[in-house]
Amino acid sequence: MNLPSFARSQRLTIVAGILCFVLILVVLQLWLQTATMESFLSGSDAIVVPAALASIGCLALNFGLLHFFLRKLDR
Amino acid sequence: MRVEDPDSISKSPDGRPDAEQPAWREQFPIDWPTDDFRSRRDFTKLLGLTSLAFVVGQIWIAFLALKRRTLSAPEREVATLEELPVGGSKVFDYPRAGATCVLTRVGPDRFVAYGQKCTHLSCPVIPRPEKNCLQCPCHDGVFDLATGEPLSGPPRRPLPRLKLEVRGGRVFAAGVEEGVL
Repeated sequence: MNLPSFARSQRLTIVAGILCFVLILVVLQLWLQTATMESFLSGSDAIVVPAALASIGCLALNFGLLHFFLRKLDR
Repeated sequence: MRVEDPDSISKSPDGRPDAEQPAWREQFPIDWPTDDFRSRRDFTKLLGLTSLAFVVGQIWIAFLALKRRTLSAPEREVATLEELPVGGSKVFDYPRAGATCVLTRVGPDRFVAYGQKCTHLSCPVIPRPEKNCLQCPCHDGVFDLATGEPLSGPPRRPLPRLKLEVRGGRVFAAGVEEGVL
């Protein structure tokens, strides 16, 4: 996909937005990991697999944004 | 020097030629815009790696949960009725060496056994049958002797409880009901 060439100020805004979004996703993963470990140590396995899938989803989203950032935007 | 793209000007933010710049700018030629941009990029890469690390952690927990589900603790004799009076306790390792548990006789025919590590910071808990509780001396955590649920103090999770069977005057541990030993 050919992206329009952004001015520097526009690029910085987009980069800041991506950074904030990635940061929110990482904090969400931290919370997921804490809750999963707490549940696991309490003897319950019910949320282990859904939490792992959610975390993988967050990773995929993060990598997608990173790909956009590093390969398409940051040229 | 004429520059086509004003975004690429980085060395002289005031716009004056290099010859008119102060000496420190030549000695410390910091390319501020590029430096800022690179910092954001590196930080975002670090966040991506952190995200990957969390996924590895989640998969590790899932692996541990699967292992716990498939591994069943073997049945093993841990005490006899003669050696344990009502109100008495005995410490033993189950299901492996180092996994310390404590067995308490709470009535003529009633026994309870729990993992001895406090769920707060793993100090060994001490049975107090006269108070119907188990107490952790480190931070004064108290657990219910009948259920293993935390009653007061810092612990928030119950103690791991063992399945027990009494046959022929002997007490057997036959697995873990809930929790991790």
